[in-house]
Amino acid sequence: MPVEPPITSPRTLADAYAQLAEGPVTPIAGGTDLMVSLTGELGEPPERMLDLWHLDELRGIALDGDSLVLGALTTYTDLRRSSLCREHVPALVEAAATIGAAQIQNRGTIGGNAVNASPAGDTLPVLLALDATLVCGSVRGERDVPATAFWPGYRRTALAPDELLVRIRFPLVAGRASRFRKVGTRRAQSISKVVMALAYCAGTDGGLWTDVRLALGSVAPTPIRASATEAVLEGRPPIPAIAELAAETLAAELHPIDDVRSTAEYRRVVSARVLHRLIREAGGW
Amino acid sequence: MAEVTTRTAPPAPVLVEPGTILPGRARGAVPLRREGPSKLTGAARYTDDLVVPGAWYGATIRSTDARARFSALDLDPAFDWSSVVVVTAADIPGENIVSSIKADQPILVPLGGEIQHHAEPLALLAAPDRATLRAARKAVRVRTEPLPPVFDPLESDHVFAAYEIAAGDPSAAFAAADLVLEGEYRVGHQEQLYIENQAMIAVPEDDGGVTVTGSLQCPYYVHSALKLGLGLDDREARVVQAETGGGFGGKEEYPSVVALHASLLAGKAKRPVRMIYDRHEDIAATTKRHPAIVRHRTGVTHDGRLIAQEIEVVMDGGAYCTLTPVVLSRGALHAGGPYRCPNVRIRARATRTNTPPNGAFRGFGAPQVEFAAETHLNRIAEALGLSPLEIRRRNIYQLGDTTPTGQVLRESVAAGEVLERAAEASEFERLRVQRVAAGQDRSGTGTGAASGSALLTGRERFASGVGLALAWHGAGFTGTGEVKLASVAALELTGEGAIRILTASTEMGQGSKTILPQLVAEVLGVPAEWVEAAAQDTAVVPDSGPTVASRTSMVVGGLLIKAAQRLRAEVESATGGSFAATYRDFAHSHGPRRIDQRFEPYPDTAFDDETYRGDAYPAFSWAACVARVDVDLDTGEVLVRDVVAADDVGRVIHPVLAEGQVEGGTLQAVGYATIEEIKLRDGRYLNDRLATYVIPTALDAPRITTILVEAPFSGAPHGAKGLGELPMDVGAPAVVAAIADATGAWITDLPASPERILAALADAPAVAPPRAGASEPAPPPEPGR
Ligand SMILES: Cc1cc2nc3c(=O)[nH]c(=O)nc-3n(C[C@H](O)[C@H](O)[C@H](O)COP(=O)(O)OP(=O)(O)OC[C@H]3O[C@@H](n4cnc5c(N)ncnc54)[C@H](O)[C@@H]3O)c2cc1C
Repeated sequence: MPVEPPITSPRTLADAYAQLAEGPVTPIAGGTDLMVSLTGELGEPPERMLDLWHLDELRGIALDGDSLVLGALTTYTDLRRSSLCREHVPALVEAAATIGAAQIQNRGTIGGNAVNASPAGDTLPVLLALDATLVCGSVRGERDVPATAFWPGYRRTALAPDELLVRIRFPLVAGRASRFRKVGTRRAQSISKVVMALAYCAGTDGGLWTDVRLALGSVAPTPIRASATEAVLEGRPPIPAIAELAAETLAAELHPIDDVRSTAEYRRVVSARVLHRLIREAGGW
Repeated sequence: MAEVTTRTAPPAPVLVEPGTILPGRARGAVPLRREGPSKLTGAARYTDDLVVPGAWYGATIRSTDARARFSALDLDPAFDWSSVVVVTAADIPGENIVSSIKADQPILVPLGGEIQHHAEPLALLAAPDRATLRAARKAVRVRTEPLPPVFDPLESDHVFAAYEIAAGDPSAAFAAADLVLEGEYRVGHQEQLYIENQAMIAVPEDDGGVTVTGSLQCPYYVHSALKLGLGLDDREARVVQAETGGGFGGKEEYPSVVALHASLLAGKAKRPVRMIYDRHEDIAATTKRHPAIVRHRTGVTHDGRLIAQEIEVVMDGGAYCTLTPVVLSRGALHAGGPYRCPNVRIRARATRTNTPPNGAFRGFGAPQVEFAAETHLNRIAEALGLSPLEIRRRNIYQLGDTTPTGQVLRESVAAGEVLERAAEASEFERLRVQRVAAGQDRSGTGTGAASGSALLTGRERFASGVGLALAWHGAGFTGTGEVKLASVAALELTGEGAIRILTASTEMGQGSKTILPQLVAEVLGVPAEWVEAAAQDTAVVPDSGPTVASRTSMVVGGLLIKAAQRLRAEVESATGGSFAATYRDFAHSHGPRRIDQRFEPYPDTAFDDETYRGDAYPAFSWAACVARVDVDLDTGEVLVRDVVAADDVGRVIHPVLAEGQVEGGTLQAVGYATIEEIKLRDGRYLNDRLATYVIPTALDAPRITTILVEAPFSGAPHGAKGLGELPMDVGAPAVVAAIADATGAWITDLPASPERILAALADAPAVAPPRAGASEPAPPPEPGR
């Protein structure tokens, strides 16, 4: 039974910061997570809302020095259409294509996905694997938070109550490849059972992998990096024996749970197999 | 960068007036669905769209225990109750019973009474606005004393219904069989998931009566419920169907509950009350398809002839009886599948558990048992080394065969026809042989990966397979059902010269509003647009029976054809001209004329409800289905790529609507087979939301090729048999057979979820026995869509 909370629509970031500083108010970007909470079925709906949609300072996809920068309001459709994103963060484009369906992709934003902090948020492992930096802003100014520090606990973020996520920065790394896979409940409008992003630099010296990052969602209370498995892959080539070892390491490293979407055992086994498959595809065997 | 200067003018915007549609590229559907344009343009008004000035909002306070004594209802004294109406069982003017087969379900559990399931209604609230209603809900506290619940239908000793069907001498036949195969199959709940949730608006009338308008399948079921529960007479209770967004059986019985609740609140508040469920409440509280456990023991000869069947069916009725005996009856009668077998013993029972009541859902007991029968037959074929097509050819019913109830199939038997058509169009045998010959590598070797890994890595990612299933579906009500109903449909020629159909048969998306006028127009020799249909309003239309059991086209359509024949003869003999040319003059000179046509038993059909002997159905519809799947062996995900469905419906009245029924039913069956699953904990549905109860999306839908077969039934003047439920019976076993063909694993519990498939592949040898003559490479799987 929706009862709409009051909402304001600031036109400048400074105004938005000022309103946030004044008191508790919940930002709304695309609203694709927030509108669901308005039914009041899944907890208390917000008291007051702050509409971010008109803040063009939170939009845009651009290169800035050795980084690719995405405004927090970048939608999944924006991502899929951007040639810069396709070139520099292909795994993120792949992730965007798996989110909801067309309507959600037109409206849902990368910032909303990050701040909503669902362990099943599909772009979150990609941000972890690509060493993204999340730029947070408030009346006090801006600060950088690395993706590894942005989700400290279940459905929590590093944002202060009066802070906005402003933009997300991806370092451009020469020779970095990235891969993504989502295992959901069906082919669209699907919440992940396991979601995985893998990034590495494939050296010219016999194809050894360096700077390996492996991140997963839906297997822990937060999106996580699988550091033991990363260590197995680091400095090694994508060959069958390494793939097998990495898969076994990952299966041992993860401690997922049973929930309404899947089982712990399924998540563990499937994570390992999907990793094996990604390595095998990269290795070309 | 240069500016782009040349631009082609954008096409002029097209304005579409509400209620009209533009010619598109879609296939011409003649005649167009009557309510199609208004639905397509958003002009159609569903219950929640209806503006009723002064109406309050209603809500239901439900149990949160699976079984308990209802000891108290506490209303927080700090809350202002002056603008809220509270209804408890004590306010019920009639009997505290939701009228159904058995008088066991209360409208509201009385204080001190026993709560039987987790979503059971205990009290009702109404308030002038939603915010007050929400606040009031929070100010209500229910106190209960828990009692031990029962969740396992096999353990429950409360039996709602039990049937036994016997033929021949099974013991002797098993002793003579070359092979005896046993199997146990389980299917879970399935949610109808109509687009529009349950919804009713009750308006109290000055004479003490009530008019309810709402989303429903069976106006006269709701009418009976209001009469019993509110102590009203035929006229005081009035039920009107609003535009209804789907039913699938889910609006057969439950609307009675919603209508009673809305009416009780409206009566006490002395003003209209809207009772509109949200999706969460709808999934949590309303009826589902019955879960079932089906055990088969089958004796066959070496050449694959069935000689003995022993089948045990146990259905989970949930907490109250609802329509369970009839669902179980259909389950028992279809349990053997469409196969001749001289020695049969079928025992079926349905028991009570402390879970929300289960009820009607497209197929009505048949999809459960036919999944078991078909999967079991496919496993027998595998055990004998026979093709699934061949084993069916050797056993299917032919004209003149006798079913386990002793019914002789004297006409309209199209099992062979649908089987051969589906097999031919899908190239079933070629695909199967090709797959067998390719000996598709399920072993995971040959890739350079370490084989034998506990994680089963290193295999090819995809395996594809093809599966076949066949089904029969008894047309119309079971046994003496139609005779007892004695439905009436009427045709009216008004004084103004309008031709009007009067039936209680509802439109809920299946097309009855379109095809009934079509049938009448054909008899009268006038264009279909000349025939009107009266609203489904119990104050206006006679009881033509419930809109269920795939009976509307066959039974109600048949009555209307007979009424139209009578009307035409009367007009033509009076005027001497053709009906089309003279009926207006006839109406003006003779005044209005209404012809009521009552159902008459089909000739030479008899069924004994006590012994379960005789003609269980006047005729059967037949369906065959071939499904092709790709299974992702890493994840167990199934992509149903392709389905060929051949369905015999007696006579096709409207090809586009008929194909729509096959496509929709097939997709619902694909969901049942692969992803639709209600998960329970302590008798409560855990995934009672759209985010967690998942059904197939457009991307999950296979390409469906529909072949319509016509084997007419002489008992209906137009030859039509039922269609609506038929495709639901056959899709799931075909998909599961295709998964087995792809992976070597038989999934005997529905749905064949990725979790179950991976578990089966880990348990069973992942390696299919190598088959001789591996030469042709398997076709590469198409990339996942
Ligand atoms: C039908 C459906 C399908 C979906 N499918 C998927 C899916 O496949 N995968 C997936 O990961 N998600 C999915 N979602 C969830 C949702 O679409 C995504 O999480 C989306 O990215 C949220 O973005 P939004 O802009 O709509 O966020 P909103 O709903 O506007 O906000 C979400 C949260 O973030 C906060 N917030 C938003 N922007 C900012 C900001 N710039 N600064 C500070 N706080 C902010 C809000 O206060 C709120 O708490 C689905 C949702 C629906 C309804």
